[in-house]
Amino acid sequence: MSPVLGAALPDPPLALLLELTHRCPLRCGYCSNPLELEAAGRELDTRTWCRVLDEAAALGVLQVHFSGGEPSTRRDLEQLVAHAHALDLYTNLITSGVLLERARLEALVQAGLEHVQLSVQDSDPASADRIAGYAGHARKLAFARWLGELGVAFTLNAVVHRQNLERLDAVIELAVELGAQRLEVAHVQYYGWARPNLGALLPTAEQLDAATASVEAARARLRGRLRIDYVIPDLHAELPKACMDGWGRRFLGVTPSGSVLPCQAAQTLPGLHFENVRERGLAEIWNESAAFQRFRGTAWMPEPCRSCERREIDWGGCRCQALALLGDAAATDPVCAKSPEHAVVQRLAESASRGGGSPYLYRGARGAERA
Amino acid sequence: MSAPGVLDAASVPRLARGVRLRHDAVRSAWVMLAPERVLFPDEIALEVLRRCDGAARVQEIAAELARSFDAEVDTVCADVVELLQELSDGGFVRT
Repeated sequence: MSPVLGAALPDPPLALLLELTHRCPLRCGYCSNPLELEAAGRELDTRTWCRVLDEAAALGVLQVHFSGGEPSTRRDLEQLVAHAHALDLYTNLITSGVLLERARLEALVQAGLEHVQLSVQDSDPASADRIAGYAGHARKLAFARWLGELGVAFTLNAVVHRQNLERLDAVIELAVELGAQRLEVAHVQYYGWARPNLGALLPTAEQLDAATASVEAARARLRGRLRIDYVIPDLHAELPKACMDGWGRRFLGVTPSGSVLPCQAAQTLPGLHFENVRERGLAEIWNESAAFQRFRGTAWMPEPCRSCERREIDWGGCRCQALALLGDAAATDPVCAKSPEHAVVQRLAESASRGGGSPYLYRGARGAERA
Repeated sequence: MSAPGVLDAASVPRLARGVRLRHDAVRSAWVMLAPERVLFPDEIALEVLRRCDGAARVQEIAAELARSFDAEVDTVCADVVELLQELSDGGFVRT
């Protein structure tokens, strides 16, 4: 209880994701940016990003993820990393690795960069370039080798789906060969850009089982050398994912133009107004804004969540999924076997993973597009 | 010689690359920061982690803690191995 307000403030956030820009040379058809990309002219300036970092550190944020789009399209990236480092924030760069020259990487390390998360689209170069819609795989490998030479901690992030899953073992070997400390094997989550690609990308339940077995075998084989984090496609699951570890509990994100979000995809939810760092301080937005309060805690929950013993484990699952599949963001995530609408998910997963014939669509400037 | 990734009293632990400890004034607590993860070590874990310098063996760390906490060294050593094994499996500590 705060003695001043007489009401408890929410716990402070642990992590801040800065989407510095939506510009990116890659065109992956499962991009996590919103469908309505923000133009470069609307991006916050250096001074405002630095103020956001100041406010985040004061609020209790411990880790900052510099992301995008491709964050290195921002010329002030080194300056922002140095600013965060001076505040003792843990700095992580989430990058495609295709635009950064070695000298610039060295400057970022000099500025205090502590960790890099590098994406790869596949282990097979031709397939990787086709999935990304950009010939960048070879540059990514060169970038990863520089990380090793400079002694920078890094995670290889592999987004997996039907078109690359058969090479998962080779992706794991690539992470070992490149000397990554950590590998994220993340199945596509089917929101935003990935949604029209459901038929082209969702694996069958059998492919998913084989992938899970590969990950488990690799974890045993690489114990003490490589940590592997594994995110399954929740359309095949029986329990919902604890999306964002609970709405407004640990995480906040800022879009290129300064809107503050409880989750990267939250702008798809209707009826929520996301406040902007240009108009209000980060702490006030975190503590008081209606959007952060809307699904925080357990009071908003419908049944069966409200009386479920897992309500503070999975926090009702994913709001964007409830909206996308049921048209109601406040419903129980239908991935949950206890949801009265769970059959919707089962039908969708079955028909999508039977499909296979759908064309793969890229992220484009004017919406999803063919090659 | 133990199996890969399995720690024992002779292991020499250090924090993994990209992992560090810092004090957080907002929460009045020590935190361990790692890629995509934050841990709040308890008092004992913190004492162990501070000694993971890539030079001291687990048995030496345990002996020092046993002295300062006036505890039996074999018990402390078993506890330290267990804790560090968990942190190693999580990628926070390497040997």
